[in-house]
Amino acid sequence: MRPFDYVEMRVPAKSQYVGVARLTISGLASRIGFTYDDIEDLKIASSEAVTNAVQHAYSDQEDGEVVIGCALYGDKIEIMVADHGQSFNFEETKAKVGPYHDQAEGEFLREGGLGLYLIETLMDEVKVHHQEGVTVFMTKYVGGEQVEEDVETISS
Amino acid sequence: MNIQVDLQESDGVLKGQVGGEIDAHTAPVLREKLEPYQNIESLNAELDLSEVNYMDSTGLGVFVAFYKSVNSQGGHLKLSGLSARLKRLFDITGLGDIMDIESAGKGGS
Repeated sequence: MRPFDYVEMRVPAKSQYVGVARLTISGLASRIGFTYDDIEDLKIASSEAVTNAVQHAYSDQEDGEVVIGCALYGDKIEIMVADHGQSFNFEETKAKVGPYHDQAEGEFLREGGLGLYLIETLMDEVKVHHQEGVTVFMTKYVGGEQVEEDVETISS
Repeated sequence: MNIQVDLQESDGVLKGQVGGEIDAHTAPVLREKLEPYQNIESLNAELDLSEVNYMDSTGLGVFVAFYKSVNSQGGHLKLSGLSARLKRLFDITGLGDIMDIESAGKGGS
């Protein structure tokens, strides 16, 4: 038995489905105990990834699809977003995605712009895979693994 | 997914309320509604975002573009009523230092 529950969505590469994906991921995240703020972060990060994928898939073909895979663990959520409409073998694809390199992903970064920056800031781990399209793989831990949590705390 | 945009302009003063969700689907609606005002000289614009309950980089992109065109015409854009979430979005992208933003609850209108 695998150590996680896996949920996969396949949506048309149209902007109106970005919100649907966001709300679904929000629901999944609340099941494993993320805080309100973490869920809001996840909503933004996943929207950014799906938005990028929708735009990529669009330029390639008219009837593009975006696949969003979510692996739910006890202490983290892993989200994979691919702009090529094929279901993935989650473990296999996960093994293939490399660490994120600014140089190599320069093009993607430029297109993704602020969106990719937000994904990196709001998630704990981000990987990008370039093959048969672009796959973004991102992880967020319950309770937050970030050390950069010093986002100005309001002390009365 | 929905967005509400209400804008009233008179004598170079633009007042507006934006509400709902600003994402890839609704951002074009916002951009379109703001477009007629972006070339008004010395526009004094204030947009109240207190009813915005979700926004991502697509929304930021629209506001940055509007900010730039208003600025280039010698005008000023202020975004007010920002929730803690929205404020954070502007801050982590560095836009909070550049643009005139005001959190909800701070100061009055």
